[in-house]
Amino acid sequence: MSGPNELAELADSIFGDAAAAGDGFDGELWKTLEGAGLARVTLPEEAGGSGGTFTDSAEVLFAAGAHAARVPLVETDLLAGWLLHAAGIEPPAGPLAAVVGELEVDGDTARGRLERVPWARSVTGLAVLSGSQVLLVRPEQLDITDGANLAEEPRDTVLVDGPVAVAPAPEGAAQEYRLRAALGRAQLLAGAARGALNASVRYAGERVQFGRPIGKLQAVQQQLAIAAAEVAAASAAASAAARTVTAEGMDSPTARFAVAAAKARTGEAAGVVARVAHQVHGAIGFTREYDLRLVTTRLWAWRDEDGSDAQWNAEVGAAALAAGPDGLWPLVTGTP
Amino acid sequence: VTQTSVELVPPPVDLPARAAELRARVRAFLAEERAADRWRPRADVWLSGWDERFSRELGRRGWLGMTIPQEYGGAGASPLDRYVVTEELLAAGAPVAAHWVADRQIGPSLLRFGTEAQRRRFLPGIVAGEVYFGIGMSEPDAGSDLAAVRTKAEKVDGGWELTGTKVWTSGAHHAHAFFALARSSPRDETNRHAGLSQFLVELDSPGVQIRPIPLLTGAHHFNEVVFDRVFVADEMVFGEVGAGWKQVTSELAFERSGPERFLSTYPLLAALVGELAGTTGHERELGSLVSRLWALRRMSLAIAGALASGQAPELAAAVVKDLGTRYEGEIIDAARLLVSIPPDPGAESGYARLLADAVLHAPGFTLRGGTNEVLRGIVARGLGLR
Repeated sequence: MSGPNELAELADSIFGDAAAAGDGFDGELWKTLEGAGLARVTLPEEAGGSGGTFTDSAEVLFAAGAHAARVPLVETDLLAGWLLHAAGIEPPAGPLAAVVGELEVDGDTARGRLERVPWARSVTGLAVLSGSQVLLVRPEQLDITDGANLAEEPRDTVLVDGPVAVAPAPEGAAQEYRLRAALGRAQLLAGAARGALNASVRYAGERVQFGRPIGKLQAVQQQLAIAAAEVAAASAAASAAARTVTAEGMDSPTARFAVAAAKARTGEAAGVVARVAHQVHGAIGFTREYDLRLVTTRLWAWRDEDGSDAQWNAEVGAAALAAGPDGLWPLVTGTP
Repeated sequence: VTQTSVELVPPPVDLPARAAELRARVRAFLAEERAADRWRPRADVWLSGWDERFSRELGRRGWLGMTIPQEYGGAGASPLDRYVVTEELLAAGAPVAAHWVADRQIGPSLLRFGTEAQRRRFLPGIVAGEVYFGIGMSEPDAGSDLAAVRTKAEKVDGGWELTGTKVWTSGAHHAHAFFALARSSPRDETNRHAGLSQFLVELDSPGVQIRPIPLLTGAHHFNEVVFDRVFVADEMVFGEVGAGWKQVTSELAFERSGPERFLSTYPLLAALVGELAGTTGHERELGSLVSRLWALRRMSLAIAGALASGQAPELAAAVVKDLGTRYEGEIIDAARLLVSIPPDPGAESGYARLLADAVLHAPGFTLRGGTNEVLRGIVARGLGLR
């Protein structure tokens, strides 16, 4: 991959050009991402990927979150593509979805029900981690009932009944799956938080009340600075987790701690940033006609997906208790 | 200008490989000191933990003034090495106040603005942990509005005469010298930042009076320093006459982004983990504090990395100080809510004492080094709002 700055700029320009408002999967954006090698950043070349690191994909996901991109990037690259490839099943071309759920598997057919599957209606293949098996289900075998999260992103109920590709799951797949999902979601959250801040700063500079832009009022400035601090913390957390995972591998205790802390911290930032963004925007931001909702509804949706901040903080807290008073600092610094 | 180009936090950095070995040596030393009960972990040690023996021990090991070049006795180490040492000392609640200002601020300032003679005179003592400094900026009528300082410097034969009053000067009653910001030419209402200069004032100079200003705890750390026609030789003018404002504001990124901006109550957090051992039900609250600490440290390290490469990320530093000092208060809130041990300022050590000190020191966290409201103003300016 190119350097992190070039990658960030490329991603920012591609996502910025895409129309954020609109319904469902953005097929045109997806084609552009595939053309630019950004749809499967971390997958190896033999799996149709770009062979990049988690640090590379973080740059892409920050930009995707900031511009509320309507594409299943985390699902395709970090989850389904990885899971299928690791299990020895060739990932199909195109956007993919992934889910952990129990299916009844009999030879090479599977049946069962899967809840809240991201993007199921829009993909060329669904990767399922079912117990100790990895399945690839094609759209023809899916009976889909549409569902959505707070941001109106597809979270569908899926009935599976028919032939599938089956392979044994790689060791530790369930644990790695939840860490990858949380890492990707944390990066999207950090991006969306930045998007909400940018929109708010822009609006505060344009909206005139009492004869001047509201951004000139100290009360508004203080609130935006508080939001900026949360954005900074979220970005630092999401970047640091990517870097730790890139350096140490997903199965190291340091990386597990970093991902947990990053999803928790970005989730905590989400609420503060969305609150300030709406307060600054006033009534217009509270309407469907205005695009602020595209990032704030994502902040609200994503903070509770792939483990809420409460859940991840509970894990971090348990790790802290296990470390004890003298082990806490080594845990935080990642240096035993 | 797209706001995405405003950098709220520099890119993450990794500590150099040698840092692990340095960290291990610092930890071994701290463990030795604790085993001998030479001090007890305390909150807010960089204000309150004055221990000259401890400072000299650090100096002997090469852990003070680490970034100072070898020709002045330092190690010429990277700011990231200093970061490692500093964060280990603070996390241990070790008594670092005596050398704090000299190590963090005065050493780098002398290297940046000092004359060769000033460097030769002070840097070796700073490195040895034997020369201590204060900061002479605030005055009774100049707090957040630092440009309002009134201390007057009048040119006399061979030097300057300083008259005025400095306040909240930590450790002035023990320190050897301080940097005084004074007005060296009359106030110009159209350019309030002009006409200020910095002077190196030795605190045993004739005409200097130091009076204690007790803190909420009753402890003596703060002082009022009064100058009555104190003579400061020309050789002790610090930097350029008239450039005082530029000089004091140029190092804010160093002052505001270090680990002391979020670790002042860390010993209380560690003690909280000890009190919660074997319990269940508070993992989420505890985890939130730990996740936030981890993120703050990564932000602060990222800034240290940027500083090491010659940048001065003032906005990001203001962000760390705003978030970090509020975080220090969040630890206190949790320590009160999750464990029912009332604070006891008379306790020798332990949870009750840590909590008492933390509660009574907390108002200072969000004031010193620029109030959080002023810092948010800096962030707002960085965002293009003012």
